[in-house]
Amino acid sequence: LKTEYFDLVVVGAGPAGSITARTAALAGLDVLLVEKRQEIGDPVRCAEGVSKEGLCRHVSPDSRWISAEVRGSRLFAPNGLCVEMSEEMSGSEVGYVLERKVFDRMLAQEAAKAGAEVRVKTRATGLLMEDGQVRGVRIMHLGETRDIRARVVVGADGVESKIGRWAGIDTTLRPDEIESCAQFLVSNIEVSDYSEFYLGKNVSPSGYVWVFPKGENCANIGIGMLGSSPGRNAVSLLQRFVAKKYPRGKILEMVVGGVPVSGPLESCIRDGLMLVGDAARQSDPLTGGGIINAMDAGKIAGEVAAEAIKTGDTTTESLRRYEERWRAGMGAELQRSLTVKNFFLKLTDNDLNNLASSIQGMDVSKMTLFSLLKALFKANPRLLWEIRGIFKS
Amino acid sequence: MISVNRYKCGYCGACVAVCPVGSLELVESWLEVSDSCKSCGICTGVCPVGALELPVGRRA
Repeated sequence: LKTEYFDLVVVGAGPAGSITARTAALAGLDVLLVEKRQEIGDPVRCAEGVSKEGLCRHVSPDSRWISAEVRGSRLFAPNGLCVEMSEEMSGSEVGYVLERKVFDRMLAQEAAKAGAEVRVKTRATGLLMEDGQVRGVRIMHLGETRDIRARVVVGADGVESKIGRWAGIDTTLRPDEIESCAQFLVSNIEVSDYSEFYLGKNVSPSGYVWVFPKGENCANIGIGMLGSSPGRNAVSLLQRFVAKKYPRGKILEMVVGGVPVSGPLESCIRDGLMLVGDAARQSDPLTGGGIINAMDAGKIAGEVAAEAIKTGDTTTESLRRYEERWRAGMGAELQRSLTVKNFFLKLTDNDLNNLASSIQGMDVSKMTLFSLLKALFKANPRLLWEIRGIFKS
Repeated sequence: MISVNRYKCGYCGACVAVCPVGSLELVESWLEVSDSCKSCGICTGVCPVGALELPVGRRA
């Protein structure tokens, strides 16, 4: 078997993997980024909404991969009551709506420009292990297998991640820890410059419907529901919503995917291995947003890989700095989102209507998602008593 | 073994994430099911398009 040597091999060229590879290459590492698909960024499995502020931590906005800008969010209760929040205040999934096909390839190109080697249509088929340490990956490209030996492996292999499992990290999601999602790119419709979220069992039994503007009378209209929800599947519920609300809409694209809503793994590292992004279950359990968290974690993983390799210590002990740093950045928020998500799943449509009407007339337009929850709690202490813990800091 | 309706499958990988025995693998645009599949059926409920089916006789 042919063997090649790198400092770092990154499996998966989504936002997490490409930012890891770019960061590590810029720090001087010899990096290989592998992607199993023949086209980076396609097929898309994402609603494409990101916060401006989060995105700008990593790249300068570019019209080639921004489809639309949004001014804020509108949440619709089951009875149609609307709660509106402004852009910089409404959680991490609002700001820009991306064109992921172009965005992901741009990020991989950034990694390439920084010096990383990129290989597409190249799939990891197993880990190279020695004495319990991860020493590289076995890859397959056009039917040919070879070994890539590396001092650190980063698993950025998404919701269907195998890298963690192969290293003994149990990444299996229960059906109630994943949102089963479907989305249509719908044309010929009236679209606002707000991201819209529709709540209620009549819409989704255990999730929400989103409408994200994509420019030129188009929108990403999608639905998420827990994998544990019985009955109709995501596509059929979405067809019902779109047919009813946008009878004249024309569907230009169909997207399906699974979003981890489990909250993060207990441990994302092993000797010689780090998991980033959806593979580490770093997506937000409440909103489902994952791009910015993936990029934030990727940056940290790239930096920690460079430090570890320079000191010659790539054991769990050394990689723990990755774990500590990403959890310090987003750990508390992911935990809070998990608590709120689990609680909101128990609410009835009537509860949601009452919550929405309890703050009508109140100016919530400048509120963050967290302060909106606080205002809701103040107005509905009995209903929301169970989540009082999230307001203690 | 679970059967995959290839005319429905959107190759998103949601099923791979919930398989308790690691029998599913998403290879670009198709889903591979290995012999280790126990026909537990967990993946069938997660599929956004209903492309996965238990063999006749194992259905709930």
